[in-house]
Amino acid sequence: MKYITAFLLFWYDFIIGDDWRNAAATLIAIVLTVGALAAGLPAFWIFPVVIGLYLVSLLKTT
Amino acid sequence: MSTSQIFLMTSTFLACAVEMVEALTIVLATGITRGWRSALFGVFAALAALAVIVVLLGPAMARVPIGTMQIVVGSLMLIFGLQWLRKAILRSAGRKALHDEDKIFLAEQHIARQNMSEAKQPMDWYAFTLTFKGVFLEGLEVAFIVVTFGAAQQRIDLAAYGALAALIIVLAAGVLIHKPLSRVPENSLKYVVGLLLTSFGTFWTAEGLGVEWPGTDLALVVLLGFYAILATLIVRQMRATPKAVAV
Repeated sequence: MKYITAFLLFWYDFIIGDDWRNAAATLIAIVLTVGALAAGLPAFWIFPVVIGLYLVSLLKTT
Repeated sequence: MSTSQIFLMTSTFLACAVEMVEALTIVLATGITRGWRSALFGVFAALAALAVIVVLLGPAMARVPIGTMQIVVGSLMLIFGLQWLRKAILRSAGRKALHDEDKIFLAEQHIARQNMSEAKQPMDWYAFTLTFKGVFLEGLEVAFIVVTFGAAQQRIDLAAYGALAALIIVLAAGVLIHKPLSRVPENSLKYVVGLLLTSFGTFWTAEGLGVEWPGTDLALVVLLGFYAILATLIVRQMRATPKAVAV
């Protein structure tokens, strides 16, 4: 049980870390890209734009 | 060698160097304070445990389809890269304290000295455990970086060369200066690695999902330039804006 907890904690720390928004931005980019591809639209710009917007949001950090 | 292969080796080298510097700091603090014998036993035991794990899990990675691998590895790499890039931006802008290897070294040394009563035993289990845990955990991250970076491009050999180069340079630096590697500007290293991982993660995840990048591999250079310029502008803007509370 101790090892399972440690394993889960490792992945929680790896994926969520100090700021859950890192993972959220990645997930949003994936979902939007899948949607654009399914609709037959060009999707290469989605990842840079979503990640870029996330980085710009750091400006609000005090 | 293609652009993406050069990127692969560079990012593996830098990412592994950061993890190895952290492990070396723990080993040096323990070795200097408690003696080298038990500390080095801990290091070798951790390396043996790591070798077993890599041998057992490594071949399983090769059986996963490349598209799935790119999505899984790419998104993990992107998250990991964003974590480092975020911290590096905040540190460069003065919104977060710099990661100070000297302070970590002194803290580790202080903890080790507090447990000095056990050091006279034939085997200093405290020193052993400390270095074992440090090397094992950081080593696990190095192994993860090598296997995943390499597998996503089906060039584990190139990733391993990058890690090996990092090991040689970090070990040589450790032997030469015999103190924590505070001379390595860790935040700058994390800044660069964060940018590389974010660019790689973006490229592979999107490619794994079915995106066709304009210019194929050259898109990696464009992504790196885009993120680097954006991060620089954010740091400048943050420095120009007075902070409300120091973190």
